[in-house]
Amino acid sequence: MALQDIRNVKISGIAACVPKNIERNADSSLFLSSQDAEKFIQNTGIAEKRVVGNDVCTSDLCYHSAEKLIAELGWNKEDIDCLIFITQTPDYVVPATSCILQGRLGLSKECHAFDITLGCSAWVYGLSIVGALLSSGSFKKGLLLVGETTTKTKSVKDKSTYPLFGDAGSATAMEFSEGSKGIQVHAGTDGTKYEAIYIPDGGFRNPVSDISLDMVTVEEGITRNRLQYIMDGAAVFTFTISTVPKSITKLMEQFNIDKESVDYLLLHQANKLIVDKISGKLKFDSEKVPTSYERFGNTSCSSIPLTIVTTIREQMESKKLDLIACGFGGGLSWATAHFETENIVCPELIEI
Amino acid sequence: MKEKFIELFKEVLENEDKEVNMDDQFRDYDEWDSLTYLSVIAMLDDEFDVIIETEDFKKIRTVGDLLAEVEKRTA
Repeated sequence: MALQDIRNVKISGIAACVPKNIERNADSSLFLSSQDAEKFIQNTGIAEKRVVGNDVCTSDLCYHSAEKLIAELGWNKEDIDCLIFITQTPDYVVPATSCILQGRLGLSKECHAFDITLGCSAWVYGLSIVGALLSSGSFKKGLLLVGETTTKTKSVKDKSTYPLFGDAGSATAMEFSEGSKGIQVHAGTDGTKYEAIYIPDGGFRNPVSDISLDMVTVEEGITRNRLQYIMDGAAVFTFTISTVPKSITKLMEQFNIDKESVDYLLLHQANKLIVDKISGKLKFDSEKVPTSYERFGNTSCSSIPLTIVTTIREQMESKKLDLIACGFGGGLSWATAHFETENIVCPELIEI
Repeated sequence: MKEKFIELFKEVLENEDKEVNMDDQFRDYDEWDSLTYLSVIAMLDDEFDVIIETEDFKKIRTVGDLLAEVEKRTA
């Protein structure tokens, strides 16, 4: 059933970081005409996104998020027992970037640190994983760092991917908290459709070879190589509109969550089409479904923390909130979580 | 159902004056692109409560084939 009820943990803070550099889709040469660009922006809702320079990695965006968050929380770095980093764009193939981040952040050498590879479902999966690590009380404080430099994996000549995605990183602080209601999670996987979102070469199934860098035009406006991201948009859309509402409904039914008591439904920010479709199917008013895709595009696993920071930050800092978050994407993989927050630390968006 | 389907299909194509015939290979329409495809998937879900998986959709060639598939799934 993949349902979890993780007690005795709470989220203490959320921070997000984006690069300063903005790219606007209206200026993109990928579209044949300005009408073409306008239609894309109207349908996807994505007007602009942030793009890192060559010298910036996901770990840098997560590092800045973590430093700011730890400082505002007033945490002693020695007290952080675990660091989990989730991305599809690590610093190196070897070693795990979480180890590099432990060192760079100056955390205790007795820190439990590891990487996980997941895409758009990662933040919610991360809550489940860090939550489970903390809930026994052996570990008291944990850091969940998730992010993606999505633009580095896309061909700038691929109109089916490049205009949709933006770069961002995040840090989420979690704590053991005896008596807290914790996090309820429903997760799922359909690996039979892994090719719906994938990069063919560069792993160990198809190592980099002399054809990996050949630019191939698949159709007009779609030119890419085998080290770049391929997305079957229709397959992903079909999967999303059928699977995601069911996952959210199942979690709500299983844990008797009343829709009226939920303050916000935090959806992965794939694009307007998908966000509208899911919230419409679940009959959530649009005011309860904050969005950030307009200014940041699809930022993969960081999209939910980025949306929190850029839309409901003040409420996160001053109120008790009942929240549902759902991430879905590559794998195919999806996860829904329900949790409460109360006056958490939520610094303003960091731009580097 | 046929009339409703054709009306909705024209709406998705954003061309109300379009002449749509059952034998038309809709992927050849000037209006057809990847976003139209997504809009068709969304329209079929909204209006007919039908979600056609990509593998099945790939086998559908004409407007008539698509209507037949929707009729089969709503029967």
